[in-house]
Amino acid sequence: MAAATHETEHHTSTGVDNRKVMMWTFLASECLFFGALISTYLIYQGQSLVGPYPAEILNIPVTSASTFVLLMSSLTMVLAVYGAQHGRLGMMKLMLLSTILLGIGFLGFQAYEFTEFVHEGLGLTTNQFGMTFFVLTGFHGTHVFFGVLYLLSLLIASNRRTGLGRDRALHMDIAGLYWHFVDIVWIVIFTIIYLIPH
Amino acid sequence: MATAIGMTTHTQEETGLWSWLTTVDHKRIGTVYAVAGFLFFLLGGLEALAVRTQLAVPNGVVLDADRYNQFFTMHALTMIFLGVMPMGAGFFNYFIPLQIGARDVAFPRLNALSLWIFLSGGILLNASFFLGGAPNGGWFGYAPLSSIEYAKTSGMNFYVVALLVLGLSSLMASLNFAVTIINMRPPGMSMMRLPVFIWMTLVVTFLLILSLPVLTVALLQLYFDRMWGTAFFSPAAGGDPILWQHLFWIFGHPEVYVLILPSMGIVSEVLPVMARKPLFGYSAIVFAGASIGVLGFGVWAHHMFTTGLGPVPQVVFSASTMAIGVPTGIKIFNWLGTMYGGNIRFVTATYYAVAFIALFTIGGISGVMHASPPVDGQHQDSYFVVAHLHYVLVGGAIMGIFSGIYYWFPKMTGRLLDEKLGMISFWTMFAGLNLTFFPMHFLGLAGMPRRIYTYDADLGWDTWNMVATLGSYTLGIGILLFLVNFVITMRKPADAGNDPWGGATLEWATTSPPPAHNFEVIPEVRDRDPLWYDRDHNIAPAVVPEHNHIHMPPPSYFPLIISLGVLLIAVGALSHLAVTALGVVIVLYGIWGWALEPTD
Repeated sequence: MAAATHETEHHTSTGVDNRKVMMWTFLASECLFFGALISTYLIYQGQSLVGPYPAEILNIPVTSASTFVLLMSSLTMVLAVYGAQHGRLGMMKLMLLSTILLGIGFLGFQAYEFTEFVHEGLGLTTNQFGMTFFVLTGFHGTHVFFGVLYLLSLLIASNRRTGLGRDRALHMDIAGLYWHFVDIVWIVIFTIIYLIPH
Repeated sequence: MATAIGMTTHTQEETGLWSWLTTVDHKRIGTVYAVAGFLFFLLGGLEALAVRTQLAVPNGVVLDADRYNQFFTMHALTMIFLGVMPMGAGFFNYFIPLQIGARDVAFPRLNALSLWIFLSGGILLNASFFLGGAPNGGWFGYAPLSSIEYAKTSGMNFYVVALLVLGLSSLMASLNFAVTIINMRPPGMSMMRLPVFIWMTLVVTFLLILSLPVLTVALLQLYFDRMWGTAFFSPAAGGDPILWQHLFWIFGHPEVYVLILPSMGIVSEVLPVMARKPLFGYSAIVFAGASIGVLGFGVWAHHMFTTGLGPVPQVVFSASTMAIGVPTGIKIFNWLGTMYGGNIRFVTATYYAVAFIALFTIGGISGVMHASPPVDGQHQDSYFVVAHLHYVLVGGAIMGIFSGIYYWFPKMTGRLLDEKLGMISFWTMFAGLNLTFFPMHFLGLAGMPRRIYTYDADLGWDTWNMVATLGSYTLGIGILLFLVNFVITMRKPADAGNDPWGGATLEWATTSPPPAHNFEVIPEVRDRDPLWYDRDHNIAPAVVPEHNHIHMPPPSYFPLIISLGVLLIAVGALSHLAVTALGVVIVLYGIWGWALEPTD
């Protein structure tokens, strides 16, 4: 994330920092990544030859709770960016820590859900639902996991003597873009897998 | 750690292996890309010669069926991912900063990382020959030919993992180039003053940024199928082989434009300079390139007309495929209009550029023929398709790349390639490729299927197969003559001067080869053809200040470390989890060091 070249500290053609433009462009690529995974899920929806089928196994109340946790993490992320931009470093660190904990909480829910499903007989190779469900939500969870690592490294760096340096607000802003993106993708996944009845 | 490279302090170790391994200079990275790409291009060419030797006569015995499958698959993979794309990336690396008046790309270390990951992927893919057999399911790896039941060797595992690694490299390079072009232009260079080569590069980067993730998903699904028993593409367990085709071609068709657009950009640079007049219809050619990029995402199913899509998709994709011929045609008229009435200097670079227009048009026309589903049904999987794609790739992409090599060689080395030998090489290549690929039209219409390792004598295919094989050797000799030219030229003194062609774009404003910091003073741009504008309006180059301290990013070995980690992760995905774990540790260490490394 600290890929600062000397050039980037100068004026850029668009006025937006190189690193921020790069994150936006990268997220465009990620849209297609999740788009392809979600398309695969939709194509195989209702195609399972054997159970367990989604209606039998999905625990909507539990996943609603985990969705709420992830949504709240976006709120704390916004507050962390606000803290960074306004020099309120205590708030920034507290909110960053909260975001990380909420992210870990979401991953905990996912680990619980995956374990439950396996206990109830739904594995990766059981049927089309298991295959597409685990691959789609698994890759989303991986993104949350890398997001947690990303934010954790920012938290550690912000506790150095020099803190996050001159580009503090920018670093937090870019991390926020990634975090919100992963959150939005979950809203889409949650809607498609859990909320829309098939 | 600061490396001051200015007029007076022009030091730091500049030679030796370590300086190349740790370089973050876009020109060195571009050079390694181009040289490695050319070596892989030669390797892919040798594979093609083996294929042609096998097919020279009926019932050939040079390659057995399995070896033949490996050779044609590796020929395609090598040419596309290790030859043409990296040679394009070499030009992108070298000339994006020079043409837009920047000192380097936006992320110099990321640029080095892309290079080393590309080399790792290339080596990994070719290592498969010695580790149980190369990929043998064709470059588009159709299911179920790629499934564990029908492809039992580890070849297709190498295909999956190596393409994921190469995709990672391409994605990082594309993000880097896109940001560089969008954000690092000099004063006065609006988007509509960008050189056309840069515009085409920008379109290519966005094609890759938006299409590679789809290939990534398809490859991951194939990996799950082969390694962990899922059934994404295996019909026996309810999977859908056609899904692979959709996902692959959503990547694969934009990829076709990834291969051709750099050459279109090169030709758009070479022709105006050689015709000594500005490009005809700049905005038309820019918008045509951009619309090719957009439409390129809406034509993928024309590769799948024979899979039973149904009438509505067939009509839609037929129409969109025909529509993409329009912007392509616009470009051809732009180039013709540029030459028309010009005082054309017919050097080797011009010959290659003109050959590009002619041969690409032939390939383009046979491409529009395939846009019609009934015609496509006749051509599908026949040598007609092989003829078509080689006209656009060899007659198009490769001719354009050679035009670029002859055009920019003096800038990169300070030496002009020998014109006489260049001309002989050009005509040998031109004759060779037409002899090779034109008869394939006849073979295809006579019913010869592609990807058969041999054929009987009484099918009427003997003559044209022999002609095509002789042509392929002629093409090989032409490329060999280029290598001779390269060696001879490199032994001569570097006396080409800074601007042997009277170029219009900024790379000709600096020395040949350029210094590490490219420009003493960042140029100011007043026109689409900045050097011609300054010449015609008697604008003197900016005065170099007396104390000109330019800070360039220091070399870094972390890209090398991270790429080693990525290679180990990939090797682990093919062998044992422990290797992957080691790779992850190395990548994390590399990122850690990377983030804490001072860069100014």
